[in-house]
Amino acid sequence: MGIFDLFKKEKTVAEKTQLDKGLEKTKTSLVGKISRALIGRTTIDDDFLDELEEILISSDVGVETTVKIIDRIQKRVSKDKYLGTDELNRLLKSEITDLLTNKTANLNSEAKPYVIMVVGVNGVGKTTTIGKLANMFHQSGKKVVLGAADTFRAAAVDQLTIWSERVGVELVSKGMNADPASVAFDAVQSGFNSGADVIIIDTAGRLHNKINLMNELSKIKRVMSKVIPEAPHEVLLVLDASTGQNAFEQAKHFTAATEVNALALTKLDGTARGGVVLGISDQFGIPVKYIGVGEGINDLQIFDPAAFVESLFSATT
Amino acid sequence: MFENLSGKLDKAFQTLKGQGRISEINVAETVKEIRRALVDADVNFKIAKDFTNTVREKALGQNVLTSVSPGQLMTKIVYDELKDLLGGATHEINLKGEPAIILIAGLQGSGKTTFSGKLAKLIKSKGRRPLLVAGDVYRPAAVDQLTVLSEQVGVDIYKEPGNTNPVEIAKNAISHARGNKYNVVIIDTAGRLSVDQEMMDEISRIKSAVKPNEILFVVDSMTGQDAVNTAKAFNDVLDFSGVVLTKLDGDTRGGAALSIKSVVHKPIKFVSNGEKMDAISVFHPDRMANRILGMGDIVSLVEKAQDAYDQEEAEKLQRKIRKNQFNFEDFIKQLDQIKKMGNIKDLMGMIPGVGKAIKDIDISDDAFQGVESIIKSMTPFERQNPDVIDGSRRKRIATGSGTSVTEVNKLMKQFEEMRKMMKTFNKMRPSGRMPNMPNLRR
Repeated sequence: MGIFDLFKKEKTVAEKTQLDKGLEKTKTSLVGKISRALIGRTTIDDDFLDELEEILISSDVGVETTVKIIDRIQKRVSKDKYLGTDELNRLLKSEITDLLTNKTANLNSEAKPYVIMVVGVNGVGKTTTIGKLANMFHQSGKKVVLGAADTFRAAAVDQLTIWSERVGVELVSKGMNADPASVAFDAVQSGFNSGADVIIIDTAGRLHNKINLMNELSKIKRVMSKVIPEAPHEVLLVLDASTGQNAFEQAKHFTAATEVNALALTKLDGTARGGVVLGISDQFGIPVKYIGVGEGINDLQIFDPAAFVESLFSATT
Repeated sequence: MFENLSGKLDKAFQTLKGQGRISEINVAETVKEIRRALVDADVNFKIAKDFTNTVREKALGQNVLTSVSPGQLMTKIVYDELKDLLGGATHEINLKGEPAIILIAGLQGSGKTTFSGKLAKLIKSKGRRPLLVAGDVYRPAAVDQLTVLSEQVGVDIYKEPGNTNPVEIAKNAISHARGNKYNVVIIDTAGRLSVDQEMMDEISRIKSAVKPNEILFVVDSMTGQDAVNTAKAFNDVLDFSGVVLTKLDGDTRGGAALSIKSVVHKPIKFVSNGEKMDAISVFHPDRMANRILGMGDIVSLVEKAQDAYDQEEAEKLQRKIRKNQFNFEDFIKQLDQIKKMGNIKDLMGMIPGVGKAIKDIDISDDAFQGVESIIKSMTPFERQNPDVIDGSRRKRIATGSGTSVTEVNKLMKQFEEMRKMMKTFNKMRPSGRMPNMPNLRR
């Protein structure tokens, strides 16, 4: 039994509603605009494709991925001359699903303890995501240990402490200004000794162009492997869904420093965009694993590309 | 800051270089390139379109009248347009009112709390008596965070643990400020999404309850296309008076700044560019336009130097130099002054042409560390009397600082040269300021 099998169950009605609600803005903006652009057209012409390009770009999909999608549709259009609007909708849906599902998460979820290291720039919601993650694992009966390795930002340890109490899981902390690598080491050691199922390590937010801080992150990661050679099994990069093209730079640099192998996209409920998911999935081949769709403790979901696309295209008005 | 964008524009202008005049044909390619660069820099698609259309019109119109190179002309046109878009003159913060009330608002994670701390420090340094108010009652430990920051910057904080009504807290804070002679009140609030009706109503109620002189909308400079919508939504509810751009020390191209400015027509009042509490500066549209085009930001550099410059210390130093008594104690004080000016890479980025060149190079804040550790391994006596440092002392200093005797020798030699130079310089201009230091070890 892998640790994530628990989440492979069908999404509950409540989860679906929350997903639909969270994506409402993306939906009305992205798909709504496309539908409007299609009104009154019988065929797909260059004008429409231009409009589609604008819609995708202003959803933060990114120039490269946008061009890719447009190219593919163009090819289809030139092949079957009379592509109708219904077909286009279906075509778009399958293109987007393709972009999102082609990635395989290379994660050894059988490992016990399963160590997750959480990284990202300042203010993307790392600590909150950890709180929600811890809750998710805890709810499913897993023993969770948190490591407070953000020892830099004012009151970051307090923030994680509150989450650990709220969820009811163990926390390993050495207070503020402690060496983050040693906190990570202790947390993994302690979790290993106490038979934890999941160990989640918080790190301080850092801008990816600060080389010293990125080196520190590599060190934190290295140190964990001294306790468990494969640890961390998952390096989770947290991205803010409202971030623009800089998200690509973030993915690039964090991957270089820590071999990121999973993404979490936060604040998806507040942005009309979420389009950045498409671009990132397309260009980095790192799967989006979690999405944050609300402020509640349960508003973190395992990302399901099919459900995501379904939700995007369902009952657009 | 905007090095990436200027790099892209440089590339766009390259296609124009070596051509005699701007024609419809050769401008089209450049204009397209500029637009792509802007969109890639997160400038809103529509705004980028309008922008490049204006640039194109102006380029075609002026070309007949002038004889400068097309590249220079385009640079000027783009610069002027950018400056316009970024917002004309410099806007100061409004601190009128007893107390002056500043309300901080924005999305989650935009950097409101950190900015509040920085702003408090800045206002305090201008001789005012600010009070920080912990109005974020939702995020775990947000109050603790502001408390820690308030201690760091030496400003008092008003908080009501247990009270979950930010409107009440804000109101009480104002009476507390009046009663205790604080003249500026900075109210930190919880991050909220512009689509969250309930939370937007709440901040609107805070606004009506305290009637702020200044409402600052804090926005992450890495925000994408949605920046326009968010800014518009906050502006519709709050009618804010200024924008704060945060995390500009990243490599974001910062196109959001241009978008927001042109959609809500509110001035960008501050930029925040580092994790240290003094990493805050006033926004200068003209300088920023300069930066975008890679022309550097000399004015900011000079101002930073002036801020860190301590008149009294300088005069003391002046006397010492005159008597040729400049010693290692003074030297280390000078290093501290330089460090006070902020992040070395930021400082270098302000020098024209350097920003682009060092974009990918990491310059450590500890660039002086080697020199410092050598000096700190000297005894106070040695520091005050550099002439006594002989061979065996040098050996001890090298061991103590983890360096080699060669390195110590090198520093000693440079120090001697510096002293000589100061002496000559001083003879030439008895009332002059500190001369430039010769190159340090690296």
